[in-house]
Amino acid sequence: MYAQLVETGSKKLKTLDEMGPEERQFQERINDEIKIEPKNWMPDAYRKTLIRQISQHAHSEIVGMLPEGNWLTRAPTLKRKLQLMAKIQDEAGHGLYLYSAMETLGADRDEEIDKLHDGRAKYSSIFNYPTLNWADMGTIGWLVDGAAIVNQVPLQRTSYGPYARAMIRVCKEESFHQRQGYQILLTMMQEGTDDQKAMVQDSINRFWWPSLMMFGPSDENSPNSAQSMAWKIKRHSNDELRQRFLDQTVPQLELLGCTAPDPDLKYNQETGHYEFGEIDWQEFFDVVKGNGPCNRERIEARRSAIDNGAWVREAAVAYAAKRQHRAA
Amino acid sequence: MQNMALKNTALKNMAQKTQAPLTDYLLRLGDNALVLGQRHAQLCGKAPALEEELALMNVGLDLFGQARNWLGYAAELMVADLVTDNIDADHLAFRRDAQDFRNLLITEQPNGDFADTIGRQFLFDAWHVHLLDGLAGSSDPRIAEVAAKSLKEATYHLRRSSEWVIRLGDGTEESHTRMQRALDNLWQFTGELLQVDEIDQAMIEAGIAPDPETIAARWKATVEEVLEEATLERPSYDAWMYTGGKVGHHTEHLGFLLAEMQYLPRAYPDATVW
Repeated sequence: MYAQLVETGSKKLKTLDEMGPEERQFQERINDEIKIEPKNWMPDAYRKTLIRQISQHAHSEIVGMLPEGNWLTRAPTLKRKLQLMAKIQDEAGHGLYLYSAMETLGADRDEEIDKLHDGRAKYSSIFNYPTLNWADMGTIGWLVDGAAIVNQVPLQRTSYGPYARAMIRVCKEESFHQRQGYQILLTMMQEGTDDQKAMVQDSINRFWWPSLMMFGPSDENSPNSAQSMAWKIKRHSNDELRQRFLDQTVPQLELLGCTAPDPDLKYNQETGHYEFGEIDWQEFFDVVKGNGPCNRERIEARRSAIDNGAWVREAAVAYAAKRQHRAA
Repeated sequence: MQNMALKNTALKNMAQKTQAPLTDYLLRLGDNALVLGQRHAQLCGKAPALEEELALMNVGLDLFGQARNWLGYAAELMVADLVTDNIDADHLAFRRDAQDFRNLLITEQPNGDFADTIGRQFLFDAWHVHLLDGLAGSSDPRIAEVAAKSLKEATYHLRRSSEWVIRLGDGTEESHTRMQRALDNLWQFTGELLQVDEIDQAMIEAGIAPDPETIAARWKATVEEVLEEATLERPSYDAWMYTGGKVGHHTEHLGFLLAEMQYLPRAYPDATVW
């Protein structure tokens, strides 16, 4: 998942006794692990939170095409070009079916995309970092898709049916992308020249911390988590997921023969977990607020694609209307 | 290093046109797909709608796949002919300069606006489908096999590009104007689609390539049918035509396209794997 800081609009969790009959029935259904479907009654805040979360996820897929598109024209072999293009196409596909899942909640795709373009809606902070060398195509697959998978696997069991089902398909494809990304790095580290190895390390240095930030703020600074967890649209805390990601990633990093840009990274024998240094939360909040290296560029790219295509969409609508008129 | 020298010699020989006509013919097929595929790669994130983003990537993927098949075959023939080793499709794609590319000029034209992109695709598809249909019956079994597979893809490409030409031509006043302008600008590159030179002639005589007159007639029929439905005016078949791609005389656009596409293998010539 690429959703961070999703606002739930709730200050305090209600107990079952404090709920009216409909809400109580709804919450019991969730507690019993029965999926909520589009036609079921749901609290307004649940609906709005889900729209925010799913749209953020969809926007992330679409904006996430851009940093990869930056290297699609320069992929160094036909095989890598085909792989990267297929990956980007999968992401466009994920965006499409996430928007569809979102529309089952009564939201409108075009309206939500407008919110992205005017800064009201967010997308994952990670896509505001630039892709500066070819190894970034490997690192994004390995670390960024890897972090997304850790987030998304539990979402296959999320309480809202259409979202959970979309996640099952997304997860399969993301796992494939992650292996492919790691393979790009492994090939360069095991068979590449010194220049190629340096590319890989440089790429990891730049994407390491932003990947850890993908899980969102630490638990003590996640005011929306309790409500999201009660609704089971989030199933584990940010810190839990971040730890899970780190524990699976560090051995892979070692296998590559690379290092992390974190002098405090070490394995704790007693806990069986890796410990890591302090995340620069100032940087995270800056990027989320729009002050990352590529924020303006990414939004501008999306906006201009849609604006420049306005005449095309108008033509398609006009032609469809003409045809309908002729058929009548 | 010795390997590299051999490869360079092979590529130099190629520039001197020492390769067999079949190799040259395969380069034409492969380079068309590669260069047009690269134009699609440049469109990533720029489509007018999300559904079109998927469609453009789809067409691009098909074209790169076709390029890999044609160039792979060409490379094998070159290895056999020149008694050198290790020239593969990637070498042909990433280590040749513009004058060694054999693609049609229409495939290297810039993306422009969506009407330019669609116009280029349609004029090419309308030819490509009929060519592949003929090649599917080639006397060379490998060509027949690749063509049969590619034909399925190209048939979908033509359906899609025809639909868009019609929508834009018969859509709004603005889309009509843009589509007509794109067509008028691209028309000068269509003469080359139907042109037959010595290489083509050798392929036709060997039963490898199909009869060019049938292809020309079918191309014209497809173009006329779609343009009429699109309420667009077809420029004259007798108009002046810009040709040269098939023998390596390109427009200024190809050099930049290759500079971008070939950047990594050129900047890191010692890297053998990626």
